[in-house]
Order: sequence, then structure tokens, then C-alpha cells
Amino acid sequence: MNTRIFSTIGSRLLGALPSLAAVIVVTFVIMRLLPGDPAAFFAGPAASAEAVEQIREQLGLNRSLPVQFWDYLGDLAQGDFGQSFTTGQPVAADLVSRLPASLELTIVALLIAVVLGLPLGVLSATRPNSWVDQVTRLVTTTGTCLPTFFTGLVLIYVFYYLLGWSPAPLGRLDLMYSPPPEVTGFYTIDAVLAGDWEVFRSALAQLILPAVTLGFFALAPLARMTRAGLLGVLSSDYVRTARACGLSSRVVLTRYALKNTLVPILNTMGMVFSYLLGINVLVEKVFAWPGVGSYALEALVASDYAPVQGFVLAIAVLYVLLNLSVDIACGLVDRRLAR
Amino acid sequence: MERRELVYLLKQNPLTPLAIIMFAVLVFAALFGSVISPHDPFASNTADALQAPSLTYWFGTDQLGRDIFSRVLVGAQTDLGIALAAVLLAAAVGTFLGATAGFYGGRTDATIGRFTDIVMAFPLFVLAMAIVAALGNSVINVVYASAIINMPFYVRVVRSEVAVLRGAGFVEAARLSGNRNPRILWLHIMPSVMPPLVVQMSLNMGWSMLNAASLSFIGLGIRPPSPEWGIMVADGAQYIISGQWWVAFFPGLALTLAVLCFNLLGDGLRDIIDPRQRK
Repeated sequence: MNTRIFSTIGSRLLGALPSLAAVIVVTFVIMRLLPGDPAAFFAGPAASAEAVEQIREQLGLNRSLPVQFWDYLGDLAQGDFGQSFTTGQPVAADLVSRLPASLELTIVALLIAVVLGLPLGVLSATRPNSWVDQVTRLVTTTGTCLPTFFTGLVLIYVFYYLLGWSPAPLGRLDLMYSPPPEVTGFYTIDAVLAGDWEVFRSALAQLILPAVTLGFFALAPLARMTRAGLLGVLSSDYVRTARACGLSSRVVLTRYALKNTLVPILNTMGMVFSYLLGINVLVEKVFAWPGVGSYALEALVASDYAPVQGFVLAIAVLYVLLNLSVDIACGLVDRRLAR
Repeated sequence: MERRELVYLLKQNPLTPLAIIMFAVLVFAALFGSVISPHDPFASNTADALQAPSLTYWFGTDQLGRDIFSRVLVGAQTDLGIALAAVLLAAAVGTFLGATAGFYGGRTDATIGRFTDIVMAFPLFVLAMAIVAALGNSVINVVYASAIINMPFYVRVVRSEVAVLRGAGFVEAARLSGNRNPRILWLHIMPSVMPPLVVQMSLNMGWSMLNAASLSFIGLGIRPPSPEWGIMVADGAQYIISGQWWVAFFPGLALTLAVLCFNLLGDGLRDIIDPRQRK
């Protein structure tokens, strides 16, 4: 049993390698397509032609593309993503320090979506055409057509400007507080670990609106997929048989139906997480959230391309790993898929 | 299709007629927006900056005193145009690739499949961002980026349909009457693939509009002062916390309704075209 689980995980790991390679190659190609001459950029506007040439040599930009690609792989292997000239820091260090902010936001958003979306889907599938079903339909329809940046602004207007319940949408923490000592990089968890409840409250208050904005977007596909998957399973023969055998509807639902809906739900969650990783950029901009998305945006505006490239690569690798874990989880949930 | 059936379908889904009306309004605004707009969408008038909605300025004015209603009206053309161009391009290239992959199978299929896998290996919005950043910040590059991230869906839809139809009896018959492969594929098989393709395109239009507006919201693609809904929301974002909600609200609402319109239209079309998928 255990060896089978490990061989499943091993084969999935191998299966993720081509995607990883593709992501690295495409990011490299995109970087080479970038407009402008990085050497001229680094040398500054006043540099002479020789100085630019010298920098080009230093950066290795005069070598052939395959050689440059090989160098690039070497740099990546050493965790070298290049240098950001807007922050003056190595891109890798910047990304590592900002990634927790993005992850905290995304994970809380996904939690909100799961906690609301799964019950909505289950309720509407077990009671088709009831008022719960209508509410679900409304939520999923609006959720797929509301632009996230617009939802965020509406929430800010209502909860910050009109009601005054939320703090100003500026970052992760009220200016009065300093960040908790870093353990996980998630302010809410770190504050709890440090036992600092005021900071926890402030971090949570800042987090709620952006997380709800993102979560609302993720809610729609989750609720819809849960409903559709469960409806399909509930009309299957084995559910009919289980009912005919006199099992209570709760047992039928939890032990038979939900378990078989889990795989499509897990797959949808993977897809939703990928949306969230992209949409993060928009929400981070709206809420001045200091994550990797707003980092990439600031760099993009300043034509500072190393951070943009690092961001794309980091997010893409994160996504490959995520798909991998979804695959593994599906294999563990449904042993028929494990082969 | 019989009229009775059409009436029945429209009654079953009362949202479809609504979507058709919204679609008509949208197309009308895109075609005649600049003719019927009550004010000049570009004319700034700082004396009237940030006016709340009134009878003169139905949607209020922005920070330069420009009429937001006129700008929303004229912006329809930009947003709709970009989405339409991206969807048509993605559908054309995606259909060609998907049909080739599904019809010939084997190594062709594997190569094209690998290509779509590579695109799908990225979170799509991030890929679009990277493509626009790499190709240069212009409208046409937003179209290309949107087309590239939409393409895999067309490849998959068309490929699976063609792969099934390849072995159908009418294809055998066409071959026995002496038709060559390209003719069989494009004249005999493709007409049957059109219905799911059209549904996919309609659903895709809404998503493309969201994408293009999101890209311009973060400053990629269309440049100010062009009236475009994403930029207008971005412009209005800073006034939300001081209570001037209308600057961002109306363009955002227009975008939401346009996306809703295409989503409903896609669902309605699917009901009409593909009876198996009816709820």
C-alpha cells in the first residue's frame, strides 16, 4: 500500500518535469523578446558606446542564445534571478520577502471560497430549484462576470467609506503597529505565535476585504462544480441502490456521494488557485498589498524587467507544484486514478 | 428550427432574451457611441471636475471634468473591439490547430498537444502580462496575448469533436466518393464542429473582455486618454476612498454587464444549439 503511494507520487513528480522545463524555456524566450537593450539600460543614458559594449560582455549578452540559456540555467540553479535596479536588491530576495504576503492573501481567499462554496454547492444539488439553488445560481453568475478589481473597489467604498468598518485599504498592517517577529511570514499566524492580539486584529482587519474580493471570484467555479458533480453522482445507480437499501440520506450523501465528487472538486480547486495567482496582481494593486504581484507591477512600470521575469517564473513554478499536489491528492482520494 | 421550439426555449430561459437586448445595446454603443454621446469624451473642463451624476452629466464627471457617460459609451468600441479581435484570432488559429490534430492524430496531434500544454502550464493572466511586457506595451499586443491564452480552449474543443467525427459514416462516404483529406476535413467535418465552436466563442468573449480590461487596469495596453473601461476604473480607484464613487463605478458596471451579457448569451446559445446540455 505504502510503496504504491510512493510510486504514485514518484511518477507524478516525473510527470511534472516537462511542464517545469517548458516554463523555464518560455520565460527565457520571453525575456529575450523584451524591448530595449538591457546593457544600454544598465549603463545609463550618458554611457558611451564602449561602456555599453563592456557591460554587454559582463552580462554575457554578446554570446550565442544557447550559451546564454545555459548560463541562465546555471544562475537559476544557484537561486540567482538577477538584480532589481528599482529596489537595488537581488530579485530572489525580494520575491522571498514578498511571497508570504501574496500566499497569505491567496490561501485565506481560497479558504473563504471553500468554506462558502462547497456547502452552497451541496445544498443546491440536494435541493434543486429551491431558494438555496437560486441563490447559488445568482452568486455563481455574478461571480464569473464581476471584474475582481471592480468588486474590490465597491467593497472599499461600502465598508471603508460608507460604513467605516474597515481600515484604510493600504497594505497588510495599520501604520501604528510594527510587523510581528517573522516565523511563517503570515502576519496573522506570526501575531498569534507572538501572542500579540492587537497586531493580529489589525492584520486580520486589513486582510478581510482583499481576501473576500479574491474569494468571491473563486467561489463561483467551486460552487458550480460541486453542484454539477454532486447532481451527477446523486442520479447514479449506486446511490439509488444505497437509498433502496434503506441508508439514511445523510449516510448516502457523506459516505457515497461526496466522496465520489471529491476528485472533480479537487481539480476545480487547482484551476481556481491558478486563477487566483494571476488575479492576485489586480487585488494587490487595488489594496496596495505588498505582495509579489504589486512588486512585479512596480517593476513593469519602471521597465525593470528582471523582477517581472522572476515573478513570472516564480508564479509558474508555484503553479506547476500546485498541479502536482492536486494530482497526488486526487490519486490518494481515488485509487483508480493512481495508476 | 421551428418557431414553436424557439419560443419554448426562450420561455425556458427568460435570461436569453435579456441577454439579446443587452447585446444589441452593446453593439449599438460600439458602433454609434461617438455619434450619440452627449459630450465630447476627450474634452476636459476643470471647472466641472468630479461632479456627481446629474441631469447634465448622467454618470458624473472625472478628475478632468470629462463626461463619464460619453466616455463609457465610446469605450464600448475599444473593449468590444479588442475582445472580438482576440476571440476571432484565437478561434481561427485554434480551430486550424485543433482540426489538424484531431484529424491526422499521431505525431501531429502530440506536437500540437504539447504546445497547448505549455500555454496551460502558466497561470493564464500572468502569461498574458508577460507577453504584453515582452512584445511591447501596445493595443495589438494585448490582442495577441489574449489570443494566445484563449487558443488552447479552441484547440481542445475542435480536436475532440474532429477526432470523434473522423470515423463517422459520412466521412467514409466522402472518402469513397474520391474526396481528399483537406476537403473532407474542411468541407465535410467542420460544419458539424461549428455549433460547439460558436458557443465556446460566445462564452470566451466575456472572458476576453475581462482580460483586456484587467490588463489595461494595471497599465498595459491601451493608454490614457483613450476611453477604455479598465483604465477608467483605474483612474477612479483613487477617488473611491474620498467618496467620489461614480468615476470608477459606471465603467466597472458597464464592463460587468457586458461580460454578463456574453455569458448569458453563451448559455442561451448552448441551449438552442446543443439540446443534450439543457438543464
